[in-house]
Amino acid sequence: MLFTTVSNALSTLSEPWWKVFYDFSSLTKSIDEGLRNSMPSFWAVTLEMLIIGVLFLLFYAAIGLFLVYWERKVCAFIQNRLGPNRIGPYGVFQTIADLVKLLFKELIPIKNADSFLFNLAPYIVIIVNFMVLGAIPFAKGLHAIDFNIGIFYVIAVSSMSVVGVLLAGWSSNSKYSLIGAMRSGAQIVSYELSIGLSIITIVILAGSMQLSEIVESQRTGWFIFKGHIPALIAFVIYIIAGTAETNRGPFDMAEAESELTAGYHTEYSGIKFAFFYLAEYINMFIVASIASTLFLGGWMPFHVGNWEGFNHIMDFIPPFFWFLGKTFFVIYLIMLFKWTFPRLRIDQLLTLEWKYLLPINLVNVLIMAFIVLMGWHF
Amino acid sequence: MEEIIKEVVVGEQEDYVINMGPQHPSTHGVLRLVVSLRGEIVKNVQPHIGYIHRGIEKMCESLTYPQIIHLTDRMDYLSASINNEAVCLAVENALEIDIPDRIKVIRTIMAELTRIQSHQLFWASYGMDLGGQTCYFYGLRDREKVLDIFEETTGGRMIVSYNCPGGLMYDIHPNFQKRVKEFIKYFRSVLWEYDAILTGNVIFRERTIGIGKLSLEDAISYGVTGPSGRASGFSCDIRKHEPYSAYDRVKFNEVLYKEGDTYHRYLARVEEMRESMNIIEQLIDNIPEGPYAVKMKPVIKLPEGEYFQKVETVRGELDVFIVSDGNKNPYRLKFRSPNFVNLGVLNHISKDFKIADLIAIAGSLDFVIPDIDR
Amino acid sequence: MDRTQLGEFIKSLKPDATVIEGKQFIEVTVADTELHSLAKKLRESEETWFDFLVCLTGVDHSNGFEVVYHLRSTRYGHMIVLKTRTSGREKPVLNSVCDIWATAEFHEREVYDLLGVKFNNHPDLRRLFLDSSWGFPLRKDYVDDVNIVTK
Repeated sequence: MLFTTVSNALSTLSEPWWKVFYDFSSLTKSIDEGLRNSMPSFWAVTLEMLIIGVLFLLFYAAIGLFLVYWERKVCAFIQNRLGPNRIGPYGVFQTIADLVKLLFKELIPIKNADSFLFNLAPYIVIIVNFMVLGAIPFAKGLHAIDFNIGIFYVIAVSSMSVVGVLLAGWSSNSKYSLIGAMRSGAQIVSYELSIGLSIITIVILAGSMQLSEIVESQRTGWFIFKGHIPALIAFVIYIIAGTAETNRGPFDMAEAESELTAGYHTEYSGIKFAFFYLAEYINMFIVASIASTLFLGGWMPFHVGNWEGFNHIMDFIPPFFWFLGKTFFVIYLIMLFKWTFPRLRIDQLLTLEWKYLLPINLVNVLIMAFIVLMGWHF
Repeated sequence: MEEIIKEVVVGEQEDYVINMGPQHPSTHGVLRLVVSLRGEIVKNVQPHIGYIHRGIEKMCESLTYPQIIHLTDRMDYLSASINNEAVCLAVENALEIDIPDRIKVIRTIMAELTRIQSHQLFWASYGMDLGGQTCYFYGLRDREKVLDIFEETTGGRMIVSYNCPGGLMYDIHPNFQKRVKEFIKYFRSVLWEYDAILTGNVIFRERTIGIGKLSLEDAISYGVTGPSGRASGFSCDIRKHEPYSAYDRVKFNEVLYKEGDTYHRYLARVEEMRESMNIIEQLIDNIPEGPYAVKMKPVIKLPEGEYFQKVETVRGELDVFIVSDGNKNPYRLKFRSPNFVNLGVLNHISKDFKIADLIAIAGSLDFVIPDIDR
Repeated sequence: MDRTQLGEFIKSLKPDATVIEGKQFIEVTVADTELHSLAKKLRESEETWFDFLVCLTGVDHSNGFEVVYHLRSTRYGHMIVLKTRTSGREKPVLNSVCDIWATAEFHEREVYDLLGVKFNNHPDLRRLFLDSSWGFPLRKDYVDDVNIVTK
């Protein structure tokens, strides 16, 4: 019965099938109508939620696997070597092999550890990731939840991941995990401010917090070009703060292997460790996708003002590929940081945030507000 | 005389004691550091050593002098050639043998190549300790070229055992000069990368400038020699003060700084790589002809007495003190190893810095643990 | 000052020390109770200024343990050897020179560990390489049937 609904939906499309890739909203509308026609609305809505949930799970897993592989390849090329190249052609099945290995590992229970919190902590981080992924516009029409306070929701929910980190460190009942979790918690909470202020800068430029509207208003040009100087400063600060949020790159003192131990996830083994590891990569994906949505135009192709011909050629590439391309470009930048720079010490990290990034951010917000008032943007 | 032994109490009650155990990625070997912290601040660092104590000095009392050479390689394995040279020079000076020029020049070139490859490994692992993991691969990529030169001539990459009392074990390979010249040309063109990646990097400078200062009086009092001591202004280069082998006929600068912090200890080593290349360039074209070894008696016996020989290894001054009673085995052989003495200063200079700085300081003193334990 | 003048000056600092001109360095032999005062004078007097303790070695002889100090002056560049011998092989004790040269701390711990010579007023005299149940391996009469093969 499900298949007939979907095929009916597809056949009611009034355009050639490949136009779906440029505008998913027609496909989603027709599936929605098809479902509502064939069952009571409560079950239709539930079935839709189920489909979206499964799609997100698959997407999460696929992106996670791909990012882990890609990081190893990028790291290897910077270090003048090849990276995984044995399992599968060019080593593409390496991550799956690692996943299978982690599944087989023994889950070591810790004596005297709070086992409920210990087991809960990885799941909190993952749930937070899912909640944020739901609000990101992947392409025209591929937008799960379109709040009118979209970006505000994203900032608010992503702050909850610090709870998972602190729970993990506390419930492990180990000195080193506790030190690592405290450092990590302090770092995440401090850099939330910088991320929030950079996002506010763009919200001022866009005039709305709704993510789909932010993307639409970049139709004539991306915000990083429209809002020249303050938008560029906000982009740089956002990238720095985003890397620090996800405990990556030069800011990974909390889990540095050559310092004490592996930080807050020292005592986790097997699949639970895999959850933390995966969550870190998806966090990086989220930070990069917000950056590309706000600053680089989301799924909007590269348009320059009113050059009709140029814009038409750019429109030829489907928006989904634009979005992924931009996100992976930002991820590539973040990965390059990690493998080039030495680490910052924990107090230097916090000094950077509170004494340098925060004042620059505040001044930047003022400049952007001034520019928007005077109309000096493109 | 009667005994007055003090009761030893290390640290105070409310200190948080952690153990950077013998297996740790950053201590470069089996060194155990028991660190007493107050919050993040280091109050006391107690090194516990002996995990790789092999009793080399005791073993030497039952070995002949040519056999001892092979043990010296394994003390500070990153300056293997120079350790060999120390014992060879001690024996040759005790027997008052004249060494031909060819041997002296080749020994000097091998010593300087050893110095370069050890400093390359220092750079590689120091970057990695501080978090820039790419540095490890870049440093080792260049170090492989020196190790290939060693392997072609001596058969061993790191443990070479090339010097022996009376000269060298075998003559240099015909390709030796060509390969060394190629290496120097290549390395000079690549050395700017080292400065670009670490020396000029803001994060690196923040982590190392002003950390772990060692004043000149403390350096002399604690006996810190080598690049660590020279970065504090202690002019202790044996190659300049009491030249041996071919060092009296080459011109080079002794790399001295005044500040004595971690950054300058790092910088001293990078500059020493450049000075070593200058020394090699002055010698490589004119290696004199001659024998590669002097004929020695089959059984070497040193006359009765005490002999003392100093050389400048990569990490400082290595002294060989031989007490001989006329037999073919030494009565007592003592190695004053530079790393053993440099370890004594770690507690003094890490007081009141943070635990992340302890890694930077210990890395900049550049320990090789088998040399500490012997 | 040259070697003979140096020898005479040291003899004047401590008349009952034996000063010999060896092949490489001047060798000063002194009794074990006088060692600390002579070392302090050598460190502090302006004409000698021996501020760098190069090497501290323990040697096992049949009538006592000899401890050899190689001293060097960074100001003048001259170097001497200072020797002392404990008064017997039972309970060998010497005075520590840690308060004069800080590097002696580790060296004296090593001599204690491998030879068994104790040093008075040492800030932290614990065994260094070996644990407390070992004997003193560098002694000539050390016997270990398991690990040492004697021909």
